[in-house]
Amino acid sequence: MTAPDDSLETVRSVTSESYKYGFVTDIESESAPPGLNEDTVRFISAKKDEPQWLLDWRLEAFRQWQTMESPEWAKLKIAPIDYQAASYYSAPKQGPKSLDEVDPELLKTYEKLGIPLSERAALAGVAVDAVFDSVSVATTFKGKLAELGIIFCSFGEAVREHPDLVRKYLGSVVPQGDNFFAALNSAVFSDGSFAYVPPGVRCPMELSTYFRINAAKSGQFERTLLIADKGAYVSYLEGCTAPQRDENQLHAAVVELIALEDAEIKYSTVQNWYPGDAEGKGGIYNFVTKRGACRGNRAKISWTQVETGSAITWKYPSCLLEGDDTVGEFYSVAITNNLQQADTGTKMIHLGRNSSSTIISKGISAGRGQNTYRGLVRVQPRAANARNYTQCDSLLIGDRCGAHTVPYIEVRNPSARVEHEATTSKISDDQLFYCQQRGLSKEDALSLIVNGFCREVLKELPMEFAVEAQKLLAVSLEGSVG
Amino acid sequence: MLEIKNLHAKIAEGREILKGIDLAVKAGEVHAIMGPNGSGKSTLAGVLSGKPGYEVTEGSVTYLGKDLLALAADERAREGVFLAFQYPVEIPGVNNMYFLRAALNATRRQRGQPDLDAGQFLKAVRAKLKELEIGEDLLQRNVNVGFSGGEKKRNEIFQMAMLEPKLALLDETDSGLDIDALRIVSKGVNAQRAPDRAIIMITHYQRLLDYIEPDHVHVLSGGKIVMSGDKSLATELEKRGYAMLGDAAA
Repeated sequence: MTAPDDSLETVRSVTSESYKYGFVTDIESESAPPGLNEDTVRFISAKKDEPQWLLDWRLEAFRQWQTMESPEWAKLKIAPIDYQAASYYSAPKQGPKSLDEVDPELLKTYEKLGIPLSERAALAGVAVDAVFDSVSVATTFKGKLAELGIIFCSFGEAVREHPDLVRKYLGSVVPQGDNFFAALNSAVFSDGSFAYVPPGVRCPMELSTYFRINAAKSGQFERTLLIADKGAYVSYLEGCTAPQRDENQLHAAVVELIALEDAEIKYSTVQNWYPGDAEGKGGIYNFVTKRGACRGNRAKISWTQVETGSAITWKYPSCLLEGDDTVGEFYSVAITNNLQQADTGTKMIHLGRNSSSTIISKGISAGRGQNTYRGLVRVQPRAANARNYTQCDSLLIGDRCGAHTVPYIEVRNPSARVEHEATTSKISDDQLFYCQQRGLSKEDALSLIVNGFCREVLKELPMEFAVEAQKLLAVSLEGSVG
Repeated sequence: MLEIKNLHAKIAEGREILKGIDLAVKAGEVHAIMGPNGSGKSTLAGVLSGKPGYEVTEGSVTYLGKDLLALAADERAREGVFLAFQYPVEIPGVNNMYFLRAALNATRRQRGQPDLDAGQFLKAVRAKLKELEIGEDLLQRNVNVGFSGGEKKRNEIFQMAMLEPKLALLDETDSGLDIDALRIVSKGVNAQRAPDRAIIMITHYQRLLDYIEPDHVHVLSGGKIVMSGDKSLATELEKRGYAMLGDAAA
């Protein structure tokens, strides 16, 4: 069961053209030197052989970023980050021509993660645009998708091959100066994924990208842009893992979704970055801006996330319900164990009439983990008959963790109906004993109860992802009951 | 099968509840343990099944030649000790059928048997459901969530039928049941009487014993077994009340 060779396209090797702008930075080097200034931005842009408009766009973002400050409002304790100490670009040593040329070590790692590139695509019908550090290593199934007119490629390739689409939509949902981390990403983003589904086309397979952070000291700044044209449908999977390391790594991705009239986008994430050791040392900082716009009438965007990793998670996948009769959904499971901190939730901005949104959030805290749900539901004056239903459930394991719920509700139209329900519970000894009395080990009992708690969210995930997520939940909570 | 010797137990950091229980149960026997509220009936069930929160201070329990008290609760379960709960616990989001299959396969692995696949499992389940007059919809609901009192108790006996324990402890299985539900549950228990299985029924009322006839009846009072006899003891208790025990029942 290997994918036919012709379906596996290779990404071109990193360009080594001479540098156009006359700056002194060594363009031959594999990584940008540590530090962040306009030259860094120019270096990255030149490395990627980008057009002038994109460089200008980045520089504008950088200038805005310089005037901004890291947000302080989240319930997170973040050690000061030295943005000048990190390197903002690193590429794999060689650009492979085919899978055969891919570093066997890398393939081995993929296999450990259960995602052998060579088989997974064929087995699961998933097209994989694998991002390894900052440059895409391999892109699969593009031919098949191309027959339907679907574009699925690395962001860099999209800039070269489909500049009009990129230029039209880039920053149209998350503007450069949206927030501190989005501005940083806009200035220095390395690569990422791009997908466009043409009018009326239903994407026949789940599009999938696996992110990994690998090169030491290089923060990752992925940029994802998905567009579902009128009446199109696409389901996108994002999953990530990272190897252990000692230094905190900053990850500030931006994801923009655009759903036009009658289009539907389903975006699923299983996030399992290194959370740090039991003392909280060495975990990933995950500061992500994800937002989708239901730009046409009857458009629908659905976010599902299972967040088990990272030392710190700062993430609010949101929906702008611009059209009439639009639908936004947010299903989330967030686990914090040991010293992990998560401040996550969503924003549902109702602009269109009869727009509706659903928020189901399940927070699980164990060890000394701190888990905050932060969500905004805003109904603007035009959004007559807007509906929102929010359910926030928190589950506590042990007595040293914390769960917090911070809902913001702003309603400016009297016909709107907004519901908010919240519960906090502890896994009871009675539940554990009941399961054990039926023969389940303590670990299996915990996993069963936690999976039950998360059921409403897990059932929103595509099948194979749901299985992976269930295993992750169990692994993430290992050792959390005595 | 089960030999309890001079068993003393207390609530962790609390008072002593069991004050020297002696009881021997052979395979194939049905024992009823009766007694007034607060006599230690449920504590005995808890201690035998390994429920947390109790501390054994003295005595021993031997089960099939093993030191039962040395085993963790889940190990006891896999060795064939089953407790039908007085208050079955709700587990939101967990499908009843999924739960039962996980439990059954955990026990089967212990016995060196292969896991049942979904088809085999369903076949076994359907046969037992019919016996207990349980609708299949019960399987699709979450474990005990929104079950009526009768449904919860029937579900316990259904789990017992599926798990085929060697030693079944029924803790106040009759409480909260109307007469029809009691009849169905009793029928289910009677169907599971077997030469290689022992059953200990813990009950406050004699009426359960009209449906499930015990071989032995014991009266627990003040943390000790104060009387033992055959079924006629239960009848006498019913007539005269626990007051016949005198001061020990107070």
